[in-house]
Amino acid sequence: MSSEPPTTSVDGPGDTRRHVVVIGGGMVAQRFVEALRSRDTDGAWRVSVFAEEPRKPYDRVGLTRYFEVRDADELTLGDPALWDDPLVELHRDCKVSAIDREARTVTDRLGRVHAYDELVLATGSNAAVPPIPGNDLPGVFVYRTIDDVAALRGWVEAKREAGRVETRGGVVEKPVRGAVVGGGLLGLEAAGALKALGAQATVIEFGTHLMGVQIDLGGGQALKRLINDKGISVRAETATKEIRPHRRTGHVGRMDFADGGRLDVDVVVLATGVRPRDELARAAGLETGERGGAVVDLTCRTADPHVWAIGEVACIEGRCLGLVAPGNTMAEVVVDRLLGGEAVFPGADTATKLKLSGVDVASFGDAHGRTEKSVEIVWADPLAGVYKKLVMSDDARTLLGGVFVGDAAPYASLRPMLGAELPGDPAAFLLPEGGGAPALELPDEAQVCSCNNVSAGAVRGAVTEHGCTDVAGVKACTRAGTTCGACVPLVTKLVKTELTKAGVEVSNALCEHFELSRAELFDAVRGADLHTFSEIIARFGRVPDGTTDAGRGCDVCKPVVASVLASLGNGHILAGEQAALQDTNDHMLANMQKDGTYSVVPRMPGGEVTPEGLIVVGQVAKDFGLYTKITGGQRIDMFGARVEQLPQIWARLVDAGFESGHAYGKSLRTVKSCVGSTWCRYGVQDSVGMAVHLELRYRGLRSPHKLKLGVSGCARECAEARGKDVGVIATDKGWNVYVGGNGGQTPRHAQLLAEDLDDAALIRTIDRFLMYYIRTADRLQRTAPWLDDVSGGLDGVRAVVLDDSLGICADLDAAMAAHVEAYEDEWKAVLADPEKLARFGSFVNAPTTPDPALAYVPERGQKRPATPDEVAAGAFDPDLVPVVDAPVLVAGPTLEVRA
Amino acid sequence: MSTLAPTPPTSAPPVVAGPCWTAVCPLDALVPERGVAALVTGSDGEEVQVALFRLVDGTVHAVQQLDPYAGANVMSRGIVGTRRGTPTVAAPVYKQVFELSSGRCLEAAGKEPREGLSGDLASYPVVVADGVVHVGLG
Repeated sequence: MSSEPPTTSVDGPGDTRRHVVVIGGGMVAQRFVEALRSRDTDGAWRVSVFAEEPRKPYDRVGLTRYFEVRDADELTLGDPALWDDPLVELHRDCKVSAIDREARTVTDRLGRVHAYDELVLATGSNAAVPPIPGNDLPGVFVYRTIDDVAALRGWVEAKREAGRVETRGGVVEKPVRGAVVGGGLLGLEAAGALKALGAQATVIEFGTHLMGVQIDLGGGQALKRLINDKGISVRAETATKEIRPHRRTGHVGRMDFADGGRLDVDVVVLATGVRPRDELARAAGLETGERGGAVVDLTCRTADPHVWAIGEVACIEGRCLGLVAPGNTMAEVVVDRLLGGEAVFPGADTATKLKLSGVDVASFGDAHGRTEKSVEIVWADPLAGVYKKLVMSDDARTLLGGVFVGDAAPYASLRPMLGAELPGDPAAFLLPEGGGAPALELPDEAQVCSCNNVSAGAVRGAVTEHGCTDVAGVKACTRAGTTCGACVPLVTKLVKTELTKAGVEVSNALCEHFELSRAELFDAVRGADLHTFSEIIARFGRVPDGTTDAGRGCDVCKPVVASVLASLGNGHILAGEQAALQDTNDHMLANMQKDGTYSVVPRMPGGEVTPEGLIVVGQVAKDFGLYTKITGGQRIDMFGARVEQLPQIWARLVDAGFESGHAYGKSLRTVKSCVGSTWCRYGVQDSVGMAVHLELRYRGLRSPHKLKLGVSGCARECAEARGKDVGVIATDKGWNVYVGGNGGQTPRHAQLLAEDLDDAALIRTIDRFLMYYIRTADRLQRTAPWLDDVSGGLDGVRAVVLDDSLGICADLDAAMAAHVEAYEDEWKAVLADPEKLARFGSFVNAPTTPDPALAYVPERGQKRPATPDEVAAGAFDPDLVPVVDAPVLVAGPTLEVRA
Repeated sequence: MSTLAPTPPTSAPPVVAGPCWTAVCPLDALVPERGVAALVTGSDGEEVQVALFRLVDGTVHAVQQLDPYAGANVMSRGIVGTRRGTPTVAAPVYKQVFELSSGRCLEAAGKEPREGLSGDLASYPVVVADGVVHVGLG
């Protein structure tokens, strides 16, 4: 092979760049490429990545999320643009079959040979399949890749389908019985996944307790109780002797245990550990460790100076590390070395914090108290399902490790103190809510973000040396908090402290008129019980130096005040001084288009409309010459309505029973629905009925930005509810509610807030979620970014709306009840009020004269605005600006003309 | 209801030689800090669309109705406010901010005006006489 001339795919003639080849396309490979491209600013290196899987590197740690998101792309790591970089080449579905170290080439599975200057092994590991007879039966799975997870899902769904029997009393489903061999991290993830798929789950653990590597026996017992509460059974100290097939199907059917016990099963997941994929390294003659893995030194280099190994395949300090954080650190070390640096692997941080089926588990340092003479301080509350332990040096001053089960709150602040002296009584740190524990000042070297190996000093430096002034800036600068996000609260605290020390004021100012943020202004207005802009700016406005008043606001703060006043229930949005605060859309109760005309959207709750209603809409559009289009929110938009036509159009629509659709407002837009159980063969709940109910409840609700909801009648999710701010998906027990979804420029899938709610609980939950958002979000902040910013994130919101952690739920409920009570159709109210109607004239001195500049051309049987060129050429049709012979609703101001 | 013939404000003292004055509407027809559009014919017989704004202090400003950045006749529908104490209006389409007294563009919001249009607005003198708003076009 080495006699062949090495060929590469991107080498241009005269390309002097050096070439690094990465074998493996997992998380650590992604980190390597990302770090190389961000640090190699001269472009000295080009990098080729050979991935065996057919996808871009994805978040393997988040694999269980695949059951929720069902979209492999959601798990993609980092900025996808990384792979478009001309110096980066990703070969997917392209396993490397051989390494020739002498020729410095690799051969891929297609037989192509690629030369390298440096080679990085990042092949990761395989799920280790324990040598149990029957481990290859149909229905036995491992849990490692998206394909594994997809196969498991397909199997369980097929079993559920097969077990579904129609009886006279309805459909009865035979439970799918699942078992997971291995009670470690991966096993518990897999058990949670089985539950999420609707299967039963039993975890079979050989050792004395769950997560034996990370936590001690006491923690394991607490964890078992909590896991049991989630409906997952646990059999500890149990060895599986054999997995047996079902007599008839030949599929997996039964597990036999060494103690003589048995368990009938329909699916088995093997999660007993991983084995480094070092076969290429072995074949290339590189040294491997006792338990596998390519042996490397502290610079991650193998005995061959041009071959490196990072991540799970690297055997460093005599062992392979199955965690992503040390793998990322190794990637950074190799990048540094390639660029001429001196970095060495600082030792593995094996701290772990995770949420398993909603249970917090964390451990760090010497969790098992193996240090000589160490002492343990334990707080256990079996009733609350909480176990917390600190391992201290023999004088009980230096922190050596810790275990947290059920309440990991102290973890974030304590973990970085590993090896440092704790101030005061260490027991205070374990008491609920801190119990008066002294505030911790983290040492600079303390690690804050273990995923990206960022120290407290680096976070502080981002503020003091690099001039970052907010958390987003610090995250971008240091990458702290950008992987798992667990450290964001800590980063935020550090950044705020540092900014305050530096005398930098953290500005959330709305604009030059208000130093407050929208949320602060909301509270201020609510607290001070103010109802007009004049009062609000007089009270809370910023008075610039050398002037005596705060001015009269602007296009930023006025709509914010308008929205706040509307959310607090101040009557019609065009009443009194409020009229002058509204953006043009709200002021005209219609959506302005590019030519200055408006579009009109009547509300069609849940997307439901009668044939009679459709005829009215069609007739109105026809009579007024409007362009019609179906919106994404399941209703009809009519374009090209002139200001002076709006009242005439709405008189007809209101007469036919339509209401404002608030398409113009930062407010509830629509509640999209699928047809649900009333018609659909698969629907399990009446999604249209619920959507109509929700839309009628929240119609007219003003908010920091637009709000869209969706309701799906079954898990097929035809309403695309998870792309909405609030998505409701029917289950056979009730409703699951998801929040923070977003289409638009930054699409986001909504995340699960609560499961299996009945109608009343669903509505109460959404009421509170929406009101909490309205009160605390920033100006024009959709729910998705709000969830990133709001205190505690999704968990924090869950605590507020489900557990009333802030004690504000009664208030939120009352606010929503007041909204529902006070609702009136804005258009109906305008039509009944001559003073408001008077504003809908085209010209104050010619209220029914159309704007003479409007020009349209026909297109596909309708009209569209003429382009500037068409206008200049006179190529438009004047008949497309119709003046409708309709009762004049506009009582324009008249003026005696003097002779 | 119809466009008024150019008439100088008879009883108002500040009749300035030059502009052709048009009585447009009663002051009461203007909502403070909101605009209206008006059709006004200049001395050259050209019909011009004007945006009129009444401020809280009762003064009235007139600028061109054409939004030079959007190419649409919408300036009257912008939000009135102040920038460092100077009365302004923000274009409702792309949010450029203009000084009401001069029509000068204070913030272009990263946009260029449409081809052939000035980035500033034309401004017109306004006189309120006997409760009637008059606009003067050159």
